[in-house]
Amino acid sequence: MRLNKEWTKFSLPLFLLAGAGFLVIWYFVKNPGGAMAARILTYQHIGWLLAQHILMVLISSFMAIMTAVPLGIIVSRPRLRVAGVIIENTVNIAQTVPSIAVLALFFTFLGLGFSTAVFALWLYSLLPVLRNTYAGMKLVPAEIVEAAKGMGMSPRRVLTRIELPLAIPVIMAGIRTAVVINVGTATLATFIGAGGLGHLIVTGITVQRHELLFTGSVLSALLAIFCDHMLGGLESLVRPG
Amino acid sequence: MIRLERVTKLYAGQKNPVVNELTLEIPAGEVCILLGPSGCGKTTTLKMINRLVAPTSGEIYVNGQNTREVDPIKLRLNIGYVIQEIGLFPHMTIAENIATVPREKKWPRDKIRACVHEMLRLVGLEPDLYSERKPATLSGGQRQRVGVARALAADPSILLMDEPFGAVDPITRSHLQNEFLRIQEKMRKTVVFVTHDIDEAIKMGDKIAVMREGKLVQYDSPEKLLSAPKDDFVEKLVGHNRTLKRLHLIQVKDVLHKETPVVKPESSLEDVARISSQSKIRAVFVVDQDRRLLGVIPSNKLNNWNGNEKAADVFEPLQNIIEAKATLNDALSVMLGAGEWYVAVLNNGSEFAGIVTLGGLLELVKEDAA
Repeated sequence: MRLNKEWTKFSLPLFLLAGAGFLVIWYFVKNPGGAMAARILTYQHIGWLLAQHILMVLISSFMAIMTAVPLGIIVSRPRLRVAGVIIENTVNIAQTVPSIAVLALFFTFLGLGFSTAVFALWLYSLLPVLRNTYAGMKLVPAEIVEAAKGMGMSPRRVLTRIELPLAIPVIMAGIRTAVVINVGTATLATFIGAGGLGHLIVTGITVQRHELLFTGSVLSALLAIFCDHMLGGLESLVRPG
Repeated sequence: MIRLERVTKLYAGQKNPVVNELTLEIPAGEVCILLGPSGCGKTTTLKMINRLVAPTSGEIYVNGQNTREVDPIKLRLNIGYVIQEIGLFPHMTIAENIATVPREKKWPRDKIRACVHEMLRLVGLEPDLYSERKPATLSGGQRQRVGVARALAADPSILLMDEPFGAVDPITRSHLQNEFLRIQEKMRKTVVFVTHDIDEAIKMGDKIAVMREGKLVQYDSPEKLLSAPKDDFVEKLVGHNRTLKRLHLIQVKDVLHKETPVVKPESSLEDVARISSQSKIRAVFVVDQDRRLLGVIPSNKLNNWNGNEKAADVFEPLQNIIEAKATLNDALSVMLGAGEWYVAVLNNGSEFAGIVTLGGLLELVKEDAA
């Protein structure tokens, strides 16, 4: 019973958000506000841009998790205390660089296209995940780690059975932040020709068609809320205690 | 058995060693207290025994084996380790916490389950009520019990305890101490127990090692420590009221009043009065056939009895009760708390063992001082 209720609380908003998204698409395909916009506002085209957007976020976030979590764990080891402090400060400074600058920077090296966008997004979302992994590991009380060691757990067991389970809520919060930021930042990918929902927004601004602008921004906003809620649910699922 | 030979720990960048040339032998089955002010190196000494801290020089032998030569993981798996209650794993249930070492030792599942239940019962927690709960839902005293159960789970011969009862209130602490002594009497572990509380040290220890600035000052039985402190430092540490401190040393079961008048609930008041008149104690205790204590009849109630009344009709319940494992100090505080001249002593929580009187206590202190 309890599980059922929790599940409803988790899944209902997701369905509502998806429904709202479809409604927005349906409305603007039916009312594109002009022949020029109608060529862009088709189910097929919006679907393609949405898929591009999601794919960009998915790949970059996945890669960020796969790199930043292990890296955060490594630098949180007492032996690498110095590296930890350096990385933590680097991350904090790097976070202040505007995302569009990151995109622009990599476009000069790597050229235009989807993979450049993914690479820049990966780099940008690395930071919150890395920072939270490091912070989460450092937040595990030293007494608990020592108790585990003192009872004869090997360092690997202490990590997998004690430290990681206790740090996971903080790590998950970092992943959540990273993904939500990614959804927003990915709208800028259109500037380097990587497509995504930003394409609708930028075109909408250039040709002064607010239908385009509106579709793009509302869809990316809904996508961000969708991801946030989904990861929030996951976060409470892994929270110990 | 644990033997430390000229063990020194010097942290890099520090001038004075935390532990300095410490030599100490702890016989099997005894409780050795490491006592001293904070910063005297007692916790470091404890952690060197299970190699959480590596000694700078010197050798430590555990059950005849040099700890330098064994795998620290294996060493620790066979040494119980209790720290203050914060050491419980908050994300695991009580059962999972207790199962930590058996799990690391890869015991079969049903053996672990049986072990967890046995351990919970040993420390007085009902397995069905507690095993699936998380540490955060328990009181401080209960968490500490779990800590002890967790350390004992794989039946290690050695137990290291680092101020295990430091984080609980004095009443709970006294309970936990008594219970630990009861368990220790059965299990006979070799225990190294760190504390800065002299009363705790006297109560719990077979031997007390007083440490100061990394050095061993005196290593003696509690009696010896109280009667013959080696120097000013030890004397100051044990305090001025040493006679009062000795009350911590004596368990009530050893100084029970020998002939406590006892009657059955169905005894007539005539019998009660007769038994009372033969005893020096101004009260008669009512017990059932299993010697469970039902209540007490104060002697002034016996002045005008009538023929029909039975002991069961007149006895009063009593609150001034104590376990046989408690110390005279506990007994005294119960007496003072209840405003009574005696305290009733129970074996195993129900069986009436006798009483300890204030007069008897004074006698003892007088004898002691002489």
